[in-house]
Amino acid sequence: MLEIIHRLLFATLDAAPALVFAALGAVLSERAGVVAVGVEGMMRVGAFCAAVAALVMPTPLAVGVGMLAGATLAAVHGYLCIRWRSDQVVSGIALNLVALAGGTFLLETHFGPNGTPPIQQLAPWNWPELASVPVLGALSGHAAPTYLALLLPLLLQGMLTRTPLGLRLRAVGDKPHAVATLGLSVPALRWGAVLGGGLLAGLGGAVLSTTVLDRFEQHTPAGLGFMALAAMVFGRWTPLGAFFAAAFFAFGNALRIGLASSAPGLLDVVPQGVLLALPYLLTLLVLTFQGQRNSTPASLGVPYEQESR
Amino acid sequence: MSLDIGAGELLAVVGENGAGKSSLMNVLYGLYHPDSGEVSVDGRSVRLKSPGDAIALGIGMVHQHFMLVPTLTVAENVVLGREPTRRGLFDWERAVREVAATCERFGFVLDPRARVDTLTVGSQQKVEIVKALHRGAQVLILDEPTAVLTPQEADELARVMRGLVAQGRTVVLISHKLKEVLGVADRIAVMRRGRLVAEVRPSETSATALAALMVGESQRAVTGHAAASGEKLPSDALMEAVGLPVRGDDGRPAPGGGEKPGDVLLEATGLQARGDNGCPALRGVDLAVREGEIVGIAGVDGNGQRELAEVLTGLRPLTAGRGTLLGGALTGLTPAQARARGVGHVPEDRLRRAVVKALSVEENIALGRHTGPPFARGLWIDFAGRRERAQTLLASYDVRPPEPTLPLQALSGGNQQKVVVARELDARPRLLVVVQPTRGLDIGAVAQVHARLREARAQGTGVVLVSLDLEEVLALADRVYVLFEGRVTGQFTRAEYDEREMGRRMLGAEQAHG
Repeated sequence: MLEIIHRLLFATLDAAPALVFAALGAVLSERAGVVAVGVEGMMRVGAFCAAVAALVMPTPLAVGVGMLAGATLAAVHGYLCIRWRSDQVVSGIALNLVALAGGTFLLETHFGPNGTPPIQQLAPWNWPELASVPVLGALSGHAAPTYLALLLPLLLQGMLTRTPLGLRLRAVGDKPHAVATLGLSVPALRWGAVLGGGLLAGLGGAVLSTTVLDRFEQHTPAGLGFMALAAMVFGRWTPLGAFFAAAFFAFGNALRIGLASSAPGLLDVVPQGVLLALPYLLTLLVLTFQGQRNSTPASLGVPYEQESR
Repeated sequence: MSLDIGAGELLAVVGENGAGKSSLMNVLYGLYHPDSGEVSVDGRSVRLKSPGDAIALGIGMVHQHFMLVPTLTVAENVVLGREPTRRGLFDWERAVREVAATCERFGFVLDPRARVDTLTVGSQQKVEIVKALHRGAQVLILDEPTAVLTPQEADELARVMRGLVAQGRTVVLISHKLKEVLGVADRIAVMRRGRLVAEVRPSETSATALAALMVGESQRAVTGHAAASGEKLPSDALMEAVGLPVRGDDGRPAPGGGEKPGDVLLEATGLQARGDNGCPALRGVDLAVREGEIVGIAGVDGNGQRELAEVLTGLRPLTAGRGTLLGGALTGLTPAQARARGVGHVPEDRLRRAVVKALSVEENIALGRHTGPPFARGLWIDFAGRRERAQTLLASYDVRPPEPTLPLQALSGGNQQKVVVARELDARPRLLVVVQPTRGLDIGAVAQVHARLREARAQGTGVVLVSLDLEEVLALADRVYVLFEGRVTGQFTRAEYDEREMGRRMLGAEQAHG
């Protein structure tokens, strides 16, 4: 029994970081009032660029390239939504489509349909003393992103609730005009949040191709960006909430894999497809029962125009 | 235009809607940028590129629509942008202490720890003023500050303003309520169509004289409508339109109303409904409306008026209570049933609920009745019939320009509202629910809308008038219900009208009798 829990926990800690980073990025952007439907696309370019960069440079540096790629896509979103006040949902969906098609195109023209060549994965950190402890030992043996994913939610939560910058970001997502009348710049705050969100989403993508896999695959991130959005909503737009929601989804995924491998007979009863769809069904279910409570940033998705009140 | 503001004075700027008062003040606050001309502070020419520049120069502004973040506390709202920190973190306790100190210094009673969305409108306004003073404002601009206040709150605001002036600060009050301006200002500047047309001292003028200055040439047009509708003396329509009590009102008991009550159109007991946020907004309202009377619903914004209007028009489900509306049950009423029974609705937010701004004026006039004559014949639109009806209505309601094919959004707000009122009344409703029918309209349009509501009453329509403007309610209604936190806290018939007492009830004082 302990062995099973250990294995599930280990698998969760391996799979969760990508989802956690993307969810945190979405929280950052949306708390400032900019819709983050584009995280799926940002993850995809992050994953692709990190995998390609890792062919020619050390993998940790390649992860940084993936983050910058995510931020670049976010910059396009910011330019359209902040500078030109476009519809934020439409812009986000457009970015997702561009990333989907662009990724497939570059993959096929340069590497063939199945994926990039394998790369050096990020090295896991091992603590032998810890690893021998039952259950807690699952904490040992992961790559750096896992530990960052445990730390970053706390830092972001502190930033949002305990710093002047966090106060301003929350204010700009709820009532940008109030922020403007105090002589602060609404666009600057929103740009910061959107770019920060892009870095985090790009990091989530890069983690996928450098730790979970060892390459960029054709379908990466396969809807993980949308699950990150669900985690953000489920976590009520707070970094800690989003972290726990993302961890919960990752646990569901680990459970699915665990079920399939430990009880192969199950596949005769339940089709593989149903098991694969399980995390997504779980997401839908959670969102349905949570309903729309009052934690949505009040000005989310509303372009800010100075000369209208 | 040019305008001097002296240090330590209370200057009032008055003018009709659209006269340019708010634009002028937004220029002074750095939100708008002048096409030409300059602003000088203490004799030095300055360029105000943003509100930050204005704040640095000691100019503070209280906007008509509050610029507060509802989910933050009072202290957080006040210090936002100049937050006290300790070791890089936001020092919440110090923010609370600082704000409490500012409140005490200027004599405001506010809890810095309270979340803004739990405060009354009057308190939120104080937060706005404290916000400006906390930033060291020497000049405080207040844009239409009393529009949403009860008479008591307005009195208190007047004391606050005088107190600030006594401490050597300068207050600029923008308003169109002449009575209150005359009572509080040192000097009054009158604006019309973007120009300064007069500067007077309160002792040298009267409300009537000011009103005439404000309206200027358009005066003739206003009095023209009123005379044509045969309702009131021209000067009365004018006085009322600028928010002054009309001498004895029209005094005419409505047919069927007053002494001889008509049939009961609506009778309801214990109505309860939830607001948009899921919290109870109506907590047991009893209400009756008869033929040929205007029933006013008064109250401070957000006390259930909106929800009540939506219940009566089938837009919001009841959670408890029962009632009869035009011969059918109120429970389970759908908007389609409400219309079929003869309920008309002039909603508060016309662009969201009453019109489609991209459609033409005539299409908007047909909306809701587009399946029958004169707008349709069988399956097909009757273009000629629709055009003819639209033209008749545009002429009789004096919609300008009277062009049925223009997109509705090409019309000014006042003319859009006339189109809505025309459409709803043209359907000859038995019960008409109107919410804030004259908000943001100019004097001419206000007089028009009021005259039409009286006309509908004379023809036997029962009117439910929801308005945040107590003076509008008093001028039009035969009976008034005061709502506070979803309950009726007062009922008044015309003979019992008492602005002070109604104000007390709007703040939650219980009824001593009845």
